[in-house]
Amino acid sequence: MSQFTINLLFVGASFALYFGIAIWARAGSTKEFYVAGGGVHPVMNGMATAADWMSAASFISMAGLIAAGGYANSTFLMGWTGGYVLLAMLLAPYLRKFGKFTVPDFIGDRFYSRTARLVAVACLIIASVTYVIGQMTGAGVAFSRFLEVDNNTGLMIAAVVVFFYAVLGGMKGITYTQVAQYCVLIVAYTIPAVFISLQLTDTFIPAIGLFSEHTQSGMPLLQKLDEVVRELGFRDYTADVDNKLNMVLFTLSLMIGTAGLPHVIIRFFTVPKVADARWSAGWALVFIALLYLTAPAVASMARLNLMTTIYPEGPTANAINYDERPDWIQTWEQTGLIKYEDKNGDGRIQFYNDTPAFAEEATARGWAGNELKVNGDILVLANPEIANLPGWVIGLIAAGGLAAALSTAAGLLLAISSAVSHDLIKGSINPDITEKGELLAARVSMFFAIVIATYLGMNPPGFAAQVVALAFGIAAASIFPALMMGIFSKRVNSKGAVLGMLAGLCSTLVYIFTYLGWFFIPGTNQLANTPDNWLFGVSPLSFGAIGAVINFAVAFIVSSMTEEVPQDVQDLVESVRYPKGAGGAVDH
Amino acid sequence: MSDHTQNQENYWKANVRLIFGCLIVWALVSYGFGILLRPMLAGIEVGGTDLGFWFAQQGSIISFIVLVFFYAWRMNALDKQFGLEE
Repeated sequence: MSQFTINLLFVGASFALYFGIAIWARAGSTKEFYVAGGGVHPVMNGMATAADWMSAASFISMAGLIAAGGYANSTFLMGWTGGYVLLAMLLAPYLRKFGKFTVPDFIGDRFYSRTARLVAVACLIIASVTYVIGQMTGAGVAFSRFLEVDNNTGLMIAAVVVFFYAVLGGMKGITYTQVAQYCVLIVAYTIPAVFISLQLTDTFIPAIGLFSEHTQSGMPLLQKLDEVVRELGFRDYTADVDNKLNMVLFTLSLMIGTAGLPHVIIRFFTVPKVADARWSAGWALVFIALLYLTAPAVASMARLNLMTTIYPEGPTANAINYDERPDWIQTWEQTGLIKYEDKNGDGRIQFYNDTPAFAEEATARGWAGNELKVNGDILVLANPEIANLPGWVIGLIAAGGLAAALSTAAGLLLAISSAVSHDLIKGSINPDITEKGELLAARVSMFFAIVIATYLGMNPPGFAAQVVALAFGIAAASIFPALMMGIFSKRVNSKGAVLGMLAGLCSTLVYIFTYLGWFFIPGTNQLANTPDNWLFGVSPLSFGAIGAVINFAVAFIVSSMTEEVPQDVQDLVESVRYPKGAGGAVDH
Repeated sequence: MSDHTQNQENYWKANVRLIFGCLIVWALVSYGFGILLRPMLAGIEVGGTDLGFWFAQQGSIISFIVLVFFYAWRMNALDKQFGLEE
């Protein structure tokens, strides 16, 4: 059987499963459409949250980022998990007790203001739409690599699949497909990692293998890796970073952003009780950690594997001949994600860090520049091929990558469509809409959200990586502080909340645009995006945490100078703090 | 203030204290051991590197899981103790 047939079989089988679930879990009411009826078991919800959260970025890109950056990129590991601690203690249980359907619902009621609700809807839509573009492009890449269709056809297939189960099933359909998608993606991620860990360290748990002995050299794996990359002019893999302030702020921005992303928060509206929301956050983190504890092992082992493939005799000996390169390099060269150029004409692949500091040694060895470019995104996808694993593992990876992209896309699309149908249409434009009418509005807005996301996925605005950072920055600087103050302070009033959100949002946007270009149009940035230009060494991607501080400060100062919060709203704050009398998620 | 609201007040204070304690550990394992205090932990070797590296790539995540479950367990007990459970 050809590899193509195997891939088709795995992807086809997983899609058939999602379709089956969609037909079984149709939504019949708005409550089922928005919060899956409010009866999802906490462990089940944890699994769905994990799939909802772990996107194409976590599955495909993160290990590559860590492999390239080493210790410095541990920020992604800590940042994308630490947010769940904030979510579990500061937001999820109280928002579950509040018992409505959407995040702007809470902001509108708590700050007794339609303006606050609309600002929240705007923040939610900007954050979610930017995020969903990345998922659609990720799905397109996976399709084109494994199913040999072109990018746009791949995207159309992805859109039809998501349309089918998200529009039909709403949150109910999405929840149960996400559970299935989690199982597919975690198996796909773990199996190659286990085999590679066994090959390199004789340890079958990758997270332990990372700190074990490298069997071939008898040295600890990380020491071996440090030594190999150092010989080739790269920074030590485990080297400490100098700009600790930026590392702290970047991690903090990712954490606060994670806790403030609406599509993750609404997952906690689906469990029956406040106590379940607390447990569910723990289970979500367990399921996420299964991938996040494995990812750093995949990163360092793949990096070492790559180095030893290029330098089979060690980094001080000759590199391999281009003609003798392994099959997987040839496969990935066809996609353009690996590029080779024989600069010194010796037919070998010299792969090293082309910096002035290493120039002398490079010249001494007769090298005329780095000859190999490897896109970090291929590490996870090529892992089974690098480790010579059988064809079915490659098929599994294809299904896993698609599961990661589709599950996150569906969650985001639900957050967008509920903000439109529930907060805009029912909340502002037509409050008298019937249950049936609202359900139809939810499905129609979901349809349009998918069309827009697919269009943007086909014509990516050319700044995919920056946009994801923008989504986190907005969530961190606008949504998270507003929600937290709404629960933990009775003093913050509507003026304070609205001005705080706007101040956080605008300061973050201005800082990002100053370095990355206004609305990301190249050439419109005032300052070059280099560490020397950053204010106090804070990168634009780390600014979300500062935006959040600005939001808090403005909200408290404005509130202290303006009117007290009305008594009935203070009573609302009281009621979300105590679990007693929660009941199910209810409509107005 | 009536007994009822006094009880709720105490429950909320206990919750905030618990959150505060958990967040101190949260910050210590990630921003502390994983980032800022790494040079101080450089002497403690773990599998070819130092303890700070382990915390940044493994330890902090494991600690987060323990923290969230600890918080859920303590809070669910507090709900019952104060008679505020669902």
